[in-house]
Amino acid sequence: MPAVALSSLTPGEGATIVAIHTDEPLHQRLLAMGFRTGKHIEVIRKARFSGPLQVRIGTTDILVRKNEAEQIKVRKV
Amino acid sequence: MKRIALLGMPNTGKSTLFNRMTGASARVGNWPGITVELLTGKILLGSDMVEVIDLPGIYDLHGFSEDEQVVRHFLHENVPDLALVVLNATQIERQLSLLLQLRQLNLNMVVLLNMADEARKFGITIDAGKMSEALGIPIFLLSAKYGSGYPEALQAATKALRYTTPGMAEQLRDQLEQDEYIESEMARVLQHSVQVPARMSDNLTTQLDRLMLHPWLGLPIFFGIMFLLFQAIFFFGQPLQTGVGMLFTWLHDAALVPLLSSLPDALQGLLLDGIYNGVATVATFVPIIVLFFLFMAIVEDTGYLSRAAFLMDALMAKMGLDGRSFVMLLMGFGCNVPALMGTRVMRSRTLRLLTMLVIPFSLCSARLQVFVFITAALFAPKSAALVLFSLYLLSFASAILTALLFKRFFPSNEPFVLELPPYRFPTLRQMVLRGWHEVHHFVHRATKFIVAGVVLVWLLTHMPPSAAPASADTWAGIVGGWLHPLFAPTGITPELTIALIFGFVAKEIVIGSLAVIYGLSGHALTNELAGQLDWVQAYSFMLFTLIYTPCLSAIATLRSESKNTGFTLVSILWSLSLAWLVSITFYQGARALGY
Repeated sequence: MPAVALSSLTPGEGATIVAIHTDEPLHQRLLAMGFRTGKHIEVIRKARFSGPLQVRIGTTDILVRKNEAEQIKVRKV
Repeated sequence: MKRIALLGMPNTGKSTLFNRMTGASARVGNWPGITVELLTGKILLGSDMVEVIDLPGIYDLHGFSEDEQVVRHFLHENVPDLALVVLNATQIERQLSLLLQLRQLNLNMVVLLNMADEARKFGITIDAGKMSEALGIPIFLLSAKYGSGYPEALQAATKALRYTTPGMAEQLRDQLEQDEYIESEMARVLQHSVQVPARMSDNLTTQLDRLMLHPWLGLPIFFGIMFLLFQAIFFFGQPLQTGVGMLFTWLHDAALVPLLSSLPDALQGLLLDGIYNGVATVATFVPIIVLFFLFMAIVEDTGYLSRAAFLMDALMAKMGLDGRSFVMLLMGFGCNVPALMGTRVMRSRTLRLLTMLVIPFSLCSARLQVFVFITAALFAPKSAALVLFSLYLLSFASAILTALLFKRFFPSNEPFVLELPPYRFPTLRQMVLRGWHEVHHFVHRATKFIVAGVVLVWLLTHMPPSAAPASADTWAGIVGGWLHPLFAPTGITPELTIALIFGFVAKEIVIGSLAVIYGLSGHALTNELAGQLDWVQAYSFMLFTLIYTPCLSAIATLRSESKNTGFTLVSILWSLSLAWLVSITFYQGARALGY
């Protein structure tokens, strides 16, 4: 399976993080929030009007904006 | 005095623990090396007084956010005798990274695994003994909210304080560049001491979110909640405000007037109408601030504020704001002052400043009083509702315009990734303490400024002593005369210009000041206004009142919250310019159309 953007997942889909292509400050924050390559991530829901995504990593639910989720590459499982 | 620093990620209940430790004794204070104020409290631990400092919640010791820099600088300049590290037990597998970073600083540390009860419900089992062994740091399970494990934690802190801090490495950043090491350490510690279920069970939060964040129902529910909140603040707030006002009037009439009657008139006026009124102005804000933060504590502590961010973000992001800004903007329609203070939930400074620039355009209840009076005087009852509605629309429009124009000067450098914490019940203690702290903060920061402003306006409108109060011969009248060429094209008369100078203090006194200026009140004033002005002039005056500086208390709050006089001036100047531009455009446009 090829890597796709996190933003392209539909709610309920799970995937494995393969790469994070964001700028340094965001990368640092994502790391601290548990976004690491190899980790399992699940899209819980998407807000209307191209709003943020609610994703779940481990026991934490996190909001990520769509354009930021585009920079996170995942492989569907 | 020995110092204990509270450290941890956001949403760990760190502040709840701080409140439990320090209660109402906490105060804000300044520290070397950092520009933000921190909450500190002095408590008796064992037989010694120690100072407890609540540091901002951070995700990462080498992060780039402002809070992360603050914590780094604080630790560097003020090495604490003990670092009390609070971790959220339900997220232990992630939060351990911060602890490991802190451990590298070689601080004297005690770790508290908070929300132990919640973790147990999630099926997460933590062996504190094994973890303590693996890390070489004392670890305690705790529920700061309910207090279980709290006495043991305090005892451990007391014991740990007996040892001296080993000191801190000079090159903080170098020490911190060890991500790989931290990863393998995390795996090692977690392996034997923590068990997390593979899949989270379908709990209450998931079920509630299905409704609260529903694609179609989410927004209507959000607006419903906001409306109820708003109504509740005013249902309880208005009587309280009236009560405080009456108390101060009674004190004025029954005690102060007789007491000061032997003094010269001018001095009496200065003391009573100047200084005393200033203090009374501060006092009337107290009930509304307490109530506001009681309700805000509910919205915030239950976890709903992050949900509001989720729902409104798509729209607000275009304006350079986020969903939390929108909540504060809406609350500003009640009163701008607590809404400005409430922006503290936003940790990015630029986002906060932009939100603070926008909030003063919210049509607050004090301005509504002016509009209701003027509308009743100048407009037919059937068009009154339409007039008020148009003012609300313009209030939103001014806010949106301001955000769009200024967003490029306030680019948010904080990455927008927000945690969605599980829904929790706020505790009453937490809510009451929050209200108390905010009132203390407001009274402490704003009183001098507000009293000085009220005195200044009193002097302007009553000096020289030979002039009749608020007449054209007073300093205010003279200033009004100078300003007349500026205000004439907006249709605002010299009398109304003086009322606008009063309105700078508080919109509540605008109608009262018109009564003084014309020497009339009630129906007589209404008739006089209806005779002097036509509806175009009246609407132009209302537009100016809507958009220019809300009140002295709002300015005092802007200044104390932004800690930046330049920013405060920009806010005042921009709102004055916009008010003038909108009024002149409306007045000249309406006249050109033949009205």
